[in-house]
Amino acid sequence: MAGVRLHQVRKVYDNGQVAVAGASFEVADGELVALVGPSGCGKSTLLRMIAGLETITRGTLHIGERLVNDVPPRDRDIAMVFQSYALYPHMSVRENLAFGLRLRGVDRARIDAQVRAAAATLELDELLERKPRALSGGQRQRVALGRALVRNPRVFLLDEPLSNLDAKLRLSMRTEIGRLHRRLRATMLYVTHDQIEAMTLGQRIVVLNAGEIQQIDTPMNLYNEPANLFVAGFIGSPAMNFFRGRLALVPRAQLLCAGAALALPAAQLASSALASVAGEVIVGMRPEDLAVCQRGDEGDGEFTLEATVESVEPVGNEIFLTVQFAAEERVCRVPPQPLPEPGRAVRLRYQPQKLKYFDAATGTRLA
Amino acid sequence: MSARLPAWLVNGALWLGAIATLFPLLWMLSVSLMPTGAASSYPPPFLPATLTLAHYRELFAAQHLGRYFLNSLIVATGATSLALVFNGMAGYAFAKLRFRGREAIFRLLLAGLLVPAQVTMIPLFGLLKFMGLVNSYAGAIVPGVASIFGIFLVRQFALSIPDELLDAARVDGASEWRLFRAVVVPVLAPILVTLGIFVFLATWNDFMWPLIVLSDRDMQTLPVALASLSREHVQDSELMMAGAVITVLPVLLLFLVTQRFYLRGIMAGSLKG
Repeated sequence: MAGVRLHQVRKVYDNGQVAVAGASFEVADGELVALVGPSGCGKSTLLRMIAGLETITRGTLHIGERLVNDVPPRDRDIAMVFQSYALYPHMSVRENLAFGLRLRGVDRARIDAQVRAAAATLELDELLERKPRALSGGQRQRVALGRALVRNPRVFLLDEPLSNLDAKLRLSMRTEIGRLHRRLRATMLYVTHDQIEAMTLGQRIVVLNAGEIQQIDTPMNLYNEPANLFVAGFIGSPAMNFFRGRLALVPRAQLLCAGAALALPAAQLASSALASVAGEVIVGMRPEDLAVCQRGDEGDGEFTLEATVESVEPVGNEIFLTVQFAAEERVCRVPPQPLPEPGRAVRLRYQPQKLKYFDAATGTRLA
Repeated sequence: MSARLPAWLVNGALWLGAIATLFPLLWMLSVSLMPTGAASSYPPPFLPATLTLAHYRELFAAQHLGRYFLNSLIVATGATSLALVFNGMAGYAFAKLRFRGREAIFRLLLAGLLVPAQVTMIPLFGLLKFMGLVNSYAGAIVPGVASIFGIFLVRQFALSIPDELLDAARVDGASEWRLFRAVVVPVLAPILVTLGIFVFLATWNDFMWPLIVLSDRDMQTLPVALASLSREHVQDSELMMAGAVITVLPVLLLFLVTQRFYLRGIMAGSLKG
């Protein structure tokens, strides 16, 4: 196993399009790092550069202690799992698994032993003589994983390996990949557009947007302390609610947004970078940080807002409550309870200490 | 009844077409087995009154047809195997490898499709003469080993190979050559079989080019030999027909054996997403 180190890695295509604008980060030996971002953000290009399938325009890439910028894929000692499985259609499962070992001139007895071990790990024993076309999607994905596993590479690269599976299979394969990682203690880079996958699998997550790294941190830190507006909006489902407006300190601390005001904690405002902001700010509020005030329970009354119910979507253990406030839809995540009908008013209480503040112009986090 | 009528009509038309196509072939076979002069009687008989293999015997014993058959076989198999190598590799490269000028070269090739083969024959002859290949098997084979049509056919099929499949082999440790041999060729198999049949049929049946390039009588291929035979034995239709049977039979057999792949190849692209 080995770590991976990127320093200012940049990819510019021949047509001038910048796919990755200077990525620097390090994956420790045995770590599982998820690369996440919307489609077209450069995450797959970044992974392909690490695999050696795309050239690196500028910057350096180390696998272990070795600089591999100009090393062809076959000499990097990496394995990759593709979204489309990419199994060799004319080979049986056994031949698919053995192909990489055969190319490396491993002797037959060892190939056989390693193939059998990988097949046992992924429960492919019964399928070894089948051709890929005779396998289900989940089985194919397991063969693709096995093909990576069997070589015992220094680094595993996984490019959206679960996106072609249905929801139920995706969940079980996700668990399987996590278990595999814990067992092998392998260095893994995992590309996905699905933030749940990234959050559940990644020990750390690299969030990408438009070719730029937005933040690198643990899943919980990304959720609780997003570095900017993009990360705040991308991580978390339903997404964070944003309130755009100007700060006012007198007569009391509040955000003045389209036709409404949001009370803010004065102490927090005064003590931070917020005090010096001249332009508009955006206040972020997670859906679960909002609660419904029941009749007669007005709380301290200060940190509440009056909204109109748009829709009520119970999913069993909780309810997604969509309301209209300051001319925009906001989502709240509340425990099961009787709620007003759509069109009726509702009073919501929020937790002021959990609010996030962003500069509306640059998107950077203020407090 | 009325719903079945169109089906009857279509089937009837197909049967008529099949009979019209098969009739000359069957008559060719039948006449080749008649004694000399029997086919010229009036009305012409459809089946031989007495069966004889005399014409076949004469073709092989006195007319050296075995030699011409061998010539044809050498030229057709040589051209076919080389065409598979060159068109296969070029078609794959145009579809899947990135290199400078790829699109420009391909467009130029496509434009070349518009030039009729006959126009190129004199310069081609000059070129082969310069290379010292006139009156040799190589002279008959070389013009057929790479064709724009063949490259185009393979390229269109190869476009459907997913890039991830090739990348997977590269990561697995394959060199570009190994990748081509172990992954691309098996995937291209249906179109390569089709191309092989195309090229074999074309070179086997070709009359014009072997006539031009192979002047030595011992080097002649079957169609050319058959033509000179017919000039010498204008009256002997039974002998001619026996020669025609020997010429047509191998390609007919080849087609029957491989028609499964051939049809799949012709349909290639039409059914793929």
